[in-house]
Amino acid sequence: MIRLRQLAQAASVLTTPLAPEDILALFNPVFSARQLRGVVTRVVQETAQSATIFFRPGRGWHSHLAGQWARIGVELDGVRHWRSYSLSAPAGKDPAITVTDVGAVSGTLVRTTKPGDVLFLAPPQGDFVLPEHPRPLLMVTAGSGITPVMSMIRTLVPRRPDADVVLVHSARTPGDSLFREELAELADQFPNFRLAHWYTGEQGRMDLTNTAELDEICPDWKERAAYACGPDSFLDDAEALWKQASLTAGAPGTDVALAGDPGNLMIERFNTTFAGGVGHDGGLVTFEASDREVDADGDTPLLDVGEDAGVLMPSGCRMGICHSCLTPLLAGQVRDLRTNEIHGEPGQLIQTCVSAAAGPVNLEL
Amino acid sequence: MSVVSESKKDSASSTAPTGAAKTRPGALAESGSPLVRPPAAAHLTDEQVAELGRELDAIRDEILAKRGASDAAYIRRMIKIQRGLEISGRAALLVSKNKAAWVTGTTLLSFAKILENMELGHNILHGQWDWMRDPDIHSTTWEWDFVTPSRAWQHTHNDLHHRWTNVVGKDNDVGYNLLRMDESQPWQPHNLGNPLYNAILSPLFEWGIAIYDLELAEYQAGKKSKEALVKDLKALGRKVVTQFTKDYAATPAVAMLTGSGKQALYGTLTANAVRNVWAHAVIFCGHFPEGTDTFTEEMVEGETRGDWYVRQMIGSANISGSKFMHLMTGNLSHQIEHHLFPDLPSNRYAEVAPRVREICQRYGLKYTTGPLLKQVGSSWAKVFKLALPGKAARA
Repeated sequence: MIRLRQLAQAASVLTTPLAPEDILALFNPVFSARQLRGVVTRVVQETAQSATIFFRPGRGWHSHLAGQWARIGVELDGVRHWRSYSLSAPAGKDPAITVTDVGAVSGTLVRTTKPGDVLFLAPPQGDFVLPEHPRPLLMVTAGSGITPVMSMIRTLVPRRPDADVVLVHSARTPGDSLFREELAELADQFPNFRLAHWYTGEQGRMDLTNTAELDEICPDWKERAAYACGPDSFLDDAEALWKQASLTAGAPGTDVALAGDPGNLMIERFNTTFAGGVGHDGGLVTFEASDREVDADGDTPLLDVGEDAGVLMPSGCRMGICHSCLTPLLAGQVRDLRTNEIHGEPGQLIQTCVSAAAGPVNLEL
Repeated sequence: MSVVSESKKDSASSTAPTGAAKTRPGALAESGSPLVRPPAAAHLTDEQVAELGRELDAIRDEILAKRGASDAAYIRRMIKIQRGLEISGRAALLVSKNKAAWVTGTTLLSFAKILENMELGHNILHGQWDWMRDPDIHSTTWEWDFVTPSRAWQHTHNDLHHRWTNVVGKDNDVGYNLLRMDESQPWQPHNLGNPLYNAILSPLFEWGIAIYDLELAEYQAGKKSKEALVKDLKALGRKVVTQFTKDYAATPAVAMLTGSGKQALYGTLTANAVRNVWAHAVIFCGHFPEGTDTFTEEMVEGETRGDWYVRQMIGSANISGSKFMHLMTGNLSHQIEHHLFPDLPSNRYAEVAPRVREICQRYGLKYTTGPLLKQVGSSWAKVFKLALPGKAARA
């Protein structure tokens, strides 16, 4: 490995200002001096709406823990878009994401990805992982929320005879239910894994506002370390339920609990936790590195807002042509003062001189 | 986290709808007209200029709406071609004891360097491809095969030259602090050397630009701090070392294995000189040929977006020619379109050119263009004429 790096360094004398990887990329797309990439090796259709995409990552990737997610960059009409997807493969195996078509990016991934395609990647991360010490587990999932939990089940159930896992999974219909066959096989094969399906098409939404239904499916649910993943409203209900239960039961476990969160329950949300509204009204602009917050209206360029607050803003032409003011957007959305287009994704570079806040905005500066 | 409460008064004044309170330097006025409208556009009313601005904005919006996967594929293809030329050129130079290999290697490397500087470097550093959000093809990450560091050039070129195009006293590209290129620049005896300086500048163009980007005059005038200058000098120093090592030490050193060291050195020297002469010629065709106007500071005082567009059009000149010629100039042969829309992808300039030309015609504005040799001759003529005191003859 060290020899490889020295070789690359020697070669860069001949390739500067490019890196040797930039030249190697002519022959293998995984090479890049700047960004981690992966090549798609296999695509498996899971349901009508979802597919699992296996990929071989380039150097810079590290193997994932069961339950973690990774940022995946996809190009839509020439423009790079980043989304976070949970890794569904078991820990220690080649990474794979299971994507359900819910929008432009996921739809493109599900419908058009084929082996040989290049994905842009960021290494796996996330705290929604299995407990360090074995203990009885309850997984409560809805829809594509099963993806990180599937990685946990695949990692734990076949390898640990002492595991004790109950999965309650809610989906609209059996046909929509991800990993249905594999889960059924696992439940058949391993007595330490119990599976309960909930089909909202037949049974209506699983009621998590009181404990009745959960008590019936899994009577000892309060004693288990619980993991929940699914849509926001589903998780809000679960959170409230566990909070209520821990209040009445007197806060049982603490080892898996998040600070201030309801006892035994661990939650994974799909949406970014940054606050970011959309509107023409402006909003609170936060300059993260400078540690400043300013209330901005929806018509003042963020460049002016920053300068008024004493932030060292890069700037150039102040009319949107020179791109000297590009600043990474961490959260929220901005309005292009020229077109009134509202745009913005975490990590995107924005031109502060022609962009105004459209709701709360976090900038990296 | 400290909370700075913003002064409401400031935010109110900076968003006044009519732009009256826009006090920051460089921002365009929302309406009205400059103190003096350039003579070539003096026949236009404020409303006509505003309408012209709207028409050009519409063209820009249309291209932005169309921009997509095919454009992304274009720039990636260009990058592949350039890198292919680069490695094959260098590979051929490694055995350049053989004459045919020398000619092949030097030619390929010259083409590679020209493409790298013009269609790739110049345009990527303008942010023309930033919309792809690809960190490998981005104005904030790209570094080019040219001695001046990208960041230094972006400041003098993107911020200053493109904002203040041809405004004597504000846009130092009018003569690069070296040549007398406008009659309003007072004649001094050393201007007699104009043609000589330009002849020397041409094959050493990248060095001229590197020195120019240090903004030594700004430093002397106290407008640039010593720290900033030292920082720029260090960045330039590092770049000079890596550039020199690659072309004049490492490549010849490897070529020595086949006994081609000296030939390889001549090859890289020639390729850099060819690129310099070509880049110099193309750049000089942008704003110096007969027909391009320069401007006074009164002409930009109170300038609206429409007036800014007008100034870009009458201050720039195109080069007519084949597709291949356009590519080799990095589409700077569409200098007028480039100055109107500096951050539109270069592959789209040819498409908007006829419409820009039609707008110029309709509003009675000139649209200067001509074949390469004519434009080069015209800008050299200016270099000669302005070596002498007095006014240059105007067509």
